[in-house]
Amino acid sequence: MRHLLSISDLTKAEAISILDTAAELARVSDGAVKKLPTLRGRTIVNLFAEDSTRTRISFEAAAKRLSADVINFSAKGSSLSKGESLKDTAMTLQAMGADAVVIRHPASGAAQRLADSEWMSGSVVNAGDGTHEHPSQALLDAFTIRKHLGMGGSDLSGLSVAIVGDILHSRVARSNVLLLSMLGAKVTLVAPPTLLPVGIDNWPTSVSYDLDSVIPHVDVVMMLRVQQERMSDLFFPNAREYSRYFGLNSDRMDTMKSGAIVMHPGPMNRGLEISAEVADSARSVITEQVTNGVSVRMAILYVLLAGGALEVGSN
Amino acid sequence: MTSADYLIREVSLPDGKKVDLTIANGLIASVAAGYKGEAKIVIDGTDCVVLPGLVDLHTHLREPGREDAETVLSGSRAGAKGGFTALSAMANTSPVADTAGVVEQVYRLGQDAGLLDVYPIGAVTQGLKGEALSEIGAMADSVARVRVFSDDGNCVSNPLVMRRALEYIKKFGGVIAQHAQDPGMTVGSQMNEGEISAMLGLKGWPAVAEEAIIARDVLLADHVNSRLHICHLTTAGGVEIIRWAKARGINVTAEVTPHHLLLTDDLATSYDPVYKVNPPLRTEADVHALREALADGTIDIVATDHAPHPTESKECEWQEAAFGMLGLETALSIVQKTMVDSGLMDWVKVAERMSIMPAKIGGYDNQGKPLVAGSIANLVVINPSKKWTVDRDLVLSNSSNTPFHAHELPGVITHTFYKGAATFSNGTIVSAGSI
Repeated sequence: MRHLLSISDLTKAEAISILDTAAELARVSDGAVKKLPTLRGRTIVNLFAEDSTRTRISFEAAAKRLSADVINFSAKGSSLSKGESLKDTAMTLQAMGADAVVIRHPASGAAQRLADSEWMSGSVVNAGDGTHEHPSQALLDAFTIRKHLGMGGSDLSGLSVAIVGDILHSRVARSNVLLLSMLGAKVTLVAPPTLLPVGIDNWPTSVSYDLDSVIPHVDVVMMLRVQQERMSDLFFPNAREYSRYFGLNSDRMDTMKSGAIVMHPGPMNRGLEISAEVADSARSVITEQVTNGVSVRMAILYVLLAGGALEVGSN
Repeated sequence: MTSADYLIREVSLPDGKKVDLTIANGLIASVAAGYKGEAKIVIDGTDCVVLPGLVDLHTHLREPGREDAETVLSGSRAGAKGGFTALSAMANTSPVADTAGVVEQVYRLGQDAGLLDVYPIGAVTQGLKGEALSEIGAMADSVARVRVFSDDGNCVSNPLVMRRALEYIKKFGGVIAQHAQDPGMTVGSQMNEGEISAMLGLKGWPAVAEEAIIARDVLLADHVNSRLHICHLTTAGGVEIIRWAKARGINVTAEVTPHHLLLTDDLATSYDPVYKVNPPLRTEADVHALREALADGTIDIVATDHAPHPTESKECEWQEAAFGMLGLETALSIVQKTMVDSGLMDWVKVAERMSIMPAKIGGYDNQGKPLVAGSIANLVVINPSKKWTVDRDLVLSNSSNTPFHAHELPGVITHTFYKGAATFSNGTIVSAGSI
């Protein structure tokens, strides 16, 4: 495996191996010395052509815990904001000897363009490309679900997950649909019809427009952020109406199965898609998702750059 | 007996009949078996088919304004190589071809290049903005004698503007060539809306945005009894509407591009913008509907929508890239592959769809003529049994954005003749006056 661009690049065994590696690395992170020497001398560039604090910090922490040198390259104040092409940026990074580029970009497919081009030879990790995919987020979500609800097996068989909100524009949803269903979970998409893409009849999911009818039957409710710019683009009448039908509040949370969890990739719009009470409730694993994100991203870098999964039980 | 300029021996006419065809003084001199006279240049036509020179009703030559992408001369060279003896230069240049001055400039550049007829298309509205009519009458009366008007790239979306344009061109028997794309439904659209766009997270360009405009415009053309041409039809639904309109007697014609006869939207999974085009590549079902419609005449013509772009406009992220692909040098081979080799059309129909009908729609008097003695010698000779491999580094266009790079295609064009002189001969462009 050289790049991680899409969940569809992974076999089920590879996905599980990343999750297992992440579990091993999490054990290391819990110890007194958090750092591993694995990627000493390797250079990882965080190329963030779109604002993102949490994903960038998470990848940065992951790389540093593996002892890699990290260069952060962000949109604001960089050549990217001066109109430099992706090609020229990539060739610059290549010239600087980047072993891997973690790319966040507003254009769908930007990570694949980078990987397929001859502009650079390092590994490419997609940290979110437009409205396409965000594979590391899906892996950390799967890791979190497995940790909480896994039936002892390595996959997610027998679990059901509702992904709620703006499916149309969500890279988190696309990656999770592919990964969670590959791992055996039953996925239901819940959204107003305007925020579901045309052409998803063949997706391995069911679809509902009615959150209330779905909530009592799922083990995981994954809420998606509603971007401000959707408000004025005719997808729903107004924020209050969206919240009334598709927001997760205490009343709805009370109908969830016992043991069922609430997830959100962040950043949250408290009071819109999720109420403060739910976000801070015992069912919420939202901050734990952040913690797990570091271990999962360590595992991704480990697998791509150290040439394979970590042996279970090794230290 | 006088000597002919050219003798093409044992060549097949579109209907399969073998003849010796001679050219003299710019005209076809004889078309009959067993020519016994002299000829300055003799061409072995065995295995070859001769067609009337191809006529493209939809070409972006980019001059004036974007000479880095294409010029009238480079586009003419690409056209001659592709078997064309007439191109129609779209109006979306800079400045826009919305005045007599610009269309006359493009017309003269075509004459100076001298490799084929360049017929400028005039803009329907000033600056292609869709608001005020451009100087349609002045362009029609100019030296360029414009008959086809189009805001291509933009749709004439305001129904009143479209109605007035359709009415106004009746004065001189013109035609409005509509780029059917409802702009309100396609803000920021990147590719066909469907399964693939859903997966790739690229904003969809729904078929209905094309079909709604086609439906509206055939009704408008009917209402004001004028002539409408639909550019680059891409959807099965659009085909149904044109079929219905024709059955009803509405004066509408339609074109399909070679790339929409072959390529489908799943190519976007590469995120390689060489496959980004407007209107977008559609589905397999659409491709089949387009092929059938071209075969049965619902779609009247093939037009290339040749759209050159410089390298940097395609060597980038998909959503940053320009729309469009090259078409002139591969058009006839793609039509052979999709329509002839598949058994849907014979060469008689190819001549009809790629020369005779486009000449008729555009009002191009010296084009699409029958292959008989006395006709102007605008001809293309193709060897359908030979294959060639497209190489984007070898195209004659100033740009290299062909989606067919490295494709092996059937049909090698051996010669193109324009007004009785070879413009393309065995792989080489022959400059005008050099024979």
